[in-house]
Amino acid sequence: MSDRIFGVFGFLLAVFYIWQATQIELSFISDPFGPKAFPFMIGTVLAISSTIIVLKPDTEPEWPTFARLFEIGMATAVMVAYALFLKEYGFVACTAVAASYLSWRLGSSPVSAIIAGVLIAVGIYVIFHLVLGLSLARGPWGF
Amino acid sequence: MDTLASLADGFAVALTWQNLMLALIGCFLGTIIGALPGLGPSNGVAILIPLAFTLGLPATPALILLTSVYYGAMYGGRISSILLNIPGDEPALMTTLDGHPMAKAGKAGEALAISGLASFIGAFFATWGLVFLAPQLVKVALLFGPAEYFALFVLAFATLGGIASRNQAKAALAAVIGLGIATIGVDGQTGVPRFSFGEVHLYDGIDFLVAIVGLFALSEVFIFLEHRAGSGADDKVVKVGRIVPPWKMVRETLPAMGRSTIFGFIAGVLPGAGASLGSFISYTFEKRISDRKGTFGKGDPRGVAAPEAGNNSAAGGALVPMLALGVPGSGTTAVLLAMLLALNITPGPLLFQQNPDVVWGLIAALFIGNIMLLAMNLPLVSLFVRVLLIPTRYLMPAVAMISFVGIYGISGSTFDLVVMVIFGVMGWVLRKLDVPLVPIILGVLLGDQMEKNLRRAMTIHDGDWTMLFNSWLAIGLWTFAIVGFVLPLIVGRYFRPKIADEAIAEGSDPD
Repeated sequence: MSDRIFGVFGFLLAVFYIWQATQIELSFISDPFGPKAFPFMIGTVLAISSTIIVLKPDTEPEWPTFARLFEIGMATAVMVAYALFLKEYGFVACTAVAASYLSWRLGSSPVSAIIAGVLIAVGIYVIFHLVLGLSLARGPWGF
Repeated sequence: MDTLASLADGFAVALTWQNLMLALIGCFLGTIIGALPGLGPSNGVAILIPLAFTLGLPATPALILLTSVYYGAMYGGRISSILLNIPGDEPALMTTLDGHPMAKAGKAGEALAISGLASFIGAFFATWGLVFLAPQLVKVALLFGPAEYFALFVLAFATLGGIASRNQAKAALAAVIGLGIATIGVDGQTGVPRFSFGEVHLYDGIDFLVAIVGLFALSEVFIFLEHRAGSGADDKVVKVGRIVPPWKMVRETLPAMGRSTIFGFIAGVLPGAGASLGSFISYTFEKRISDRKGTFGKGDPRGVAAPEAGNNSAAGGALVPMLALGVPGSGTTAVLLAMLLALNITPGPLLFQQNPDVVWGLIAALFIGNIMLLAMNLPLVSLFVRVLLIPTRYLMPAVAMISFVGIYGISGSTFDLVVMVIFGVMGWVLRKLDVPLVPIILGVLLGDQMEKNLRRAMTIHDGDWTMLFNSWLAIGLWTFAIVGFVLPLIVGRYFRPKIADEAIAEGSDPD
């Protein structure tokens, strides 16, 4: 079933992609082939392979339970939040929080997760910023 | 003799203190990356590319660092295979079959030593193969026009989909998703934006490094979150024991290493095969040839030597098409191609002519790295064994954070970080659905070149489609592509025994 849904999704994606390709505005200079033809080819192959997947699905993959899916969703949210807050609060603070969260969810006890998170953040800061001179996001406290 | 002279020049490039140091660091890091379950050559190199790039290393040193990591990871994968029965990366999977039984029988040290030696022999002779085969391939590649190049790209995708994956439709789908991602952004030839939905960040297209690190490294973190399989360290590590193999065992396994080196190299050179298939083929053949007493699978040293020689030799072989044609044959070489492109070097025949110092310096570095790895892996193996004790619950957050640091370092853009997370989730879903990730990466990397060559061919011939099949070379490539894609559909059932299927099922490391 998953494969069929995936195939239908792929097909819709192909339709959307081809439709978007028709919307590409042409400029006054162009080669005989133009910027649209290659996307059309891609869209066609995408549509064909999606159709085959719908018609001939593989065996069902083992989906995790809802709790595990929620776990992955939460981790994604934390990572996106990390990206968004990075510039505001600086590298070390954000990294410590995100790494602690991940470590906790991967099975550490809360206390050791926090210690691990802080160590990871400070360790990366020292190695990559202080030693190797990589520029990292600077927060309100200068790090 | 020309080749040997170039190689000597290469050694002159590689033998500086800085480059030797980088090779040493690379080998060390690589062995650790390979040994850690969950990190393999492709995602290990993927995380390190942005770092090497942002550190501002020039092309040759950066290449030396990262290919040392690549070779090192191939060595390191066997350590956890033998001691924990968990392959450190996918190519090391076959090593578990005989390596772990040997460890259980108290011969862990011998297994590690034999496999280290086998790795060395495989990699050493494969690098010689690279030295002699790559320039020959370059001569052929110089005859290629745009139409032939387009056919070559199709060939790469076709064989990758045909040989290396089980469901051709899914491989094709993965390839076009990658190509589709590559079309995002301003069209290089006419200057019109495509698929950017008015979003300024998308005008430049999606950086392939963002896609690679997301798909390979972050998706691994999600896999671990899903299983919460932090058990890597909780298993008791077997006592290593003596690390010098008895001479008799070495003599017994030498023929196996020799044969496997050849099989592995061929598997590596073929587009779409890569190191996993190399070790798989080597083990299967070796079993068929020399398993007379039924000792394979129960701790036969030859069963350790064969796959290790095979996968290291395939790793060297896979560099041949990558360097000579610019078309990678496996996940890790795709990642190495990404690194070259990030450094503004386009591999292919012109690379050999215009930047011989890069190519030959790299090859010389491979020889040096190989000797370092052998020296490092025999006496220091117990040090690497200790690395295995780092639990995943501390390791994986660090991996995720280093991925973020690398991508942020390239562009300083938080938009890229969000895109990377999206790729990470996408990679996880696609892995669950058993869609191979390597064709996606290959598509993202090659899409631009593929379209450019197609359109160039069309411009030359004024839009005449038939000109794509105009030369014997092009026809040959097309034929090979079609055969490579269709033949496995027919003979696949016999060609690909079950065990490999199960192994790749969860889509662990994509090489």
